Amino acid sequence: MDALSLIQILESGLRLSVPLIFACLAGLWSEKSGIVDIGLEGKMLMAAFAAAVAAFMTGHAWIGVFAGMAASTLLGLLHGFASISQRGNQIISGVALNMLAAGLTALLGHVIFKQGGRSPPLEGAARLPELAFGQSAMSFLAIAAALLTALALARTRFGLRVRAAGENPAAVDNAGVSVTRLRYGAVILAGLLCGLAGATLSLGQAAGFLPMMTSGKGFVALAALIFAKWRAWPAFWTCFLFGLLDAIAIRLQGVALPGIGAIPVQAIQALPYLFTIVLLAGFMGRAVPPRAAGQPYVKER
Amino acid sequence: MRVHSDPGGTSPPAIVFDHIDKRFGAVHANRSIHLAIARGDIHALVGENGAGKSTLMSILFGFYQADSGRILIDGQESKITSPSDAIASGIGMVHQHFMLVEPMSVADNLMLGHEGGFALAGGRKALLAKLDALARDYDLTIEPDAIVSDLPVGLQQRVELLKSLVRDADILVLDEPTAVLTPGEADRLFALLRDLKARGKTIILITHKLREVMEIADRVSVLRQGACVGTYPIVDTNEAALAEAMIGRRVHMPERADTLADDEPLLTVEALCVRDARGGMAVKDVSLMVRPGEILGIAGVAGNGQTELLEALAGLRAATSGSIRFKNSDISHATPADLHALGIRHIPEDRLRYALAYPFAVWENCLIGADDEQGSLIARQTVMGDAARLMQAYDVRPADPLLRAGALSGGNQQKLVLGREIEQRPRLLLVGQPTRGVDIGAIAFIHRRLLDLRAQGVAILLVSVELDEILRLSDRILVMQEGRIAGERRAGETDERDLGLLMAGIA
Repeated sequence: MDALSLIQILESGLRLSVPLIFACLAGLWSEKSGIVDIGLEGKMLMAAFAAAVAAFMTGHAWIGVFAGMAASTLLGLLHGFASISQRGNQIISGVALNMLAAGLTALLGHVIFKQGGRSPPLEGAARLPELAFGQSAMSFLAIAAALLTALALARTRFGLRVRAAGENPAAVDNAGVSVTRLRYGAVILAGLLCGLAGATLSLGQAAGFLPMMTSGKGFVALAALIFAKWRAWPAFWTCFLFGLLDAIAIRLQGVALPGIGAIPVQAIQALPYLFTIVLLAGFMGRAVPPRAAGQPYVKER
Repeated sequence: MRVHSDPGGTSPPAIVFDHIDKRFGAVHANRSIHLAIARGDIHALVGENGAGKSTLMSILFGFYQADSGRILIDGQESKITSPSDAIASGIGMVHQHFMLVEPMSVADNLMLGHEGGFALAGGRKALLAKLDALARDYDLTIEPDAIVSDLPVGLQQRVELLKSLVRDADILVLDEPTAVLTPGEADRLFALLRDLKARGKTIILITHKLREVMEIADRVSVLRQGACVGTYPIVDTNEAALAEAMIGRRVHMPERADTLADDEPLLTVEALCVRDARGGMAVKDVSLMVRPGEILGIAGVAGNGQTELLEALAGLRAATSGSIRFKNSDISHATPADLHALGIRHIPEDRLRYALAYPFAVWENCLIGADDEQGSLIARQTVMGDAARLMQAYDVRPADPLLRAGALSGGNQQKLVLGREIEQRPRLLLVGQPTRGVDIGAIAFIHRRLLDLRAQGVAILLVSVELDEILRLSDRILVMQEGRIAGERRAGETDERDLGLLMAGIA
């Protein structure tokens, strides 16, 4: 493998990791505040759909991005209402979100475009342009988001309070700070970030929306979050690693390996997922989630 | 620092609870409580579990709203609807279960809710200056970058107290502050409280230890069943009178008869080592024995290996090395079922985890661990009758076998567990914290039952953090400190002070 193809793989690895990075950071904010977010997948899918629709209607990619963020945040607020205000089960609410997004995008896609759920191909200004190094603005935004997340969590008032809310919400309440508002804040942030993830998929990587185009990326992001032990920079690098694996898998398609022969495409595409399982099963120490994650906060008597 | 002098006696009390009333559903938690706390006093609040102390303090701190009544601070009515209102009114609270975020640093915990701006750096600088000043004023040093979970309990409590002090609280509420401390640490805390009082702070001390009340308080209020039954200057009262006021009748604590004959040991433990859940060595090289008709008390501050020792003896935790023998049989690797067959019964420290299923009815709970001879089918009528008899005999109230176990008070739950295990006619009884969260009346009952068993020749191993209890019941006392036996004493040859030194690892 020569230097040029190595650079190409790195570039395409970063490109492919961008949705994962956004989604993983979304999960980080949500879970740091104590709200388990299994609905990353659904929010991303919804955002990808809304972004494609808005970009197609207006012809402007950035309007699509904002629409995606809005749609994903709305779903996030639904999750927040169920799990913060109504103290529902966060896993169930997240699963419901995923099912809702899958159904809604298929239905609306069919109604709006009548093309079997997909959007018409997006062209020109309706797609995110390449800026440098084969990357769209989203790649740079993703790096910035990781940087800001790490800084905000460690060094700002909001970050401190979010971390505390995920570990011991009673201490936060006791310090005179509203746990409810903090958790809604984190859930909204997660919605915005998932919006960016979805818009990247339908406006950057693909030229339009395809049914179920997230194909489990939300869950891979969730796995990366656990692997990174709920820390921002390790989350970034884990997602980048998964992106690289994806890039390598694409590269390997149709290549005959010595002694094995050509590997079926499906086997190669399964590689990142297999790798995820192996990583999660064997190659990590104890990952301790935020102590209060998943538990609705109820004041004690 | 404000110093409040009050020569004419005209300044208003720091706090007045003006006929505070609060109900939770059918429970009348506070019945029109009227109570004044004088500025600069150490005011003790005593009462049994469920007497309404916590509810009253939660109302003061804005966790709950009173159904009716007012709170006056310095004579002014103040609406406290949230903890931030309380903090703004100069009220600080040291909770029994610390409100600390354990994986975060001391500084982060102290800043939480009081960060001094968007970026933490500025607030941190102000905090460190404040901590320096407090360290000078009160001899309260702390390492700001230490992680809270790494600190010993005494220092965690200091962080909890500092949270109030860095916010300039004038009124400090301490909820059972000595429950987790050694007698030595408690003495130091009391010295600090006197210091704080000397600098004009008002202190409300919630406790169930009447000796502490007599030692440090200026005034004491007694709550009973949600009502305030009286406020007394400390010079006008005594422990016995307070105990009587707390439960509304006189309680006779049972007396232990003289030590019985020296028999062959029933339980012999040699060089036992046990790891805790995190893999650290919790019990180190412990040897002990218990004879029939003897109560061996194991004292120590919570978390010094007593829990793991008891779990190892009860077959709930594997020993790393060493041996446990019951008469001549080796039970080092026995399961709880094996132990039951030998006549060894266990009353665990943690009722919720190991003794009762809270959502189950009392009669169902009576079957747990006692179902061996029942066969596969449950004869509901018989079992129900047995449960009713057991509740009667062990004074479990209300005596309704259909009641959920979780609906009973702590004392009644404990009597239920005690009765269930005693009814199995044990030869050796392992008992952990038998009176934790239990009211005085039930404590007397439980102690009497344990002494009865002793008189019948049962060997009893008693683990307790309450020195009163250890001293009252035990024939011999072992003190555990950092997993080792720090010393052994015979009953009558030791006192609270002596044991306290052993517990602190000084003697």
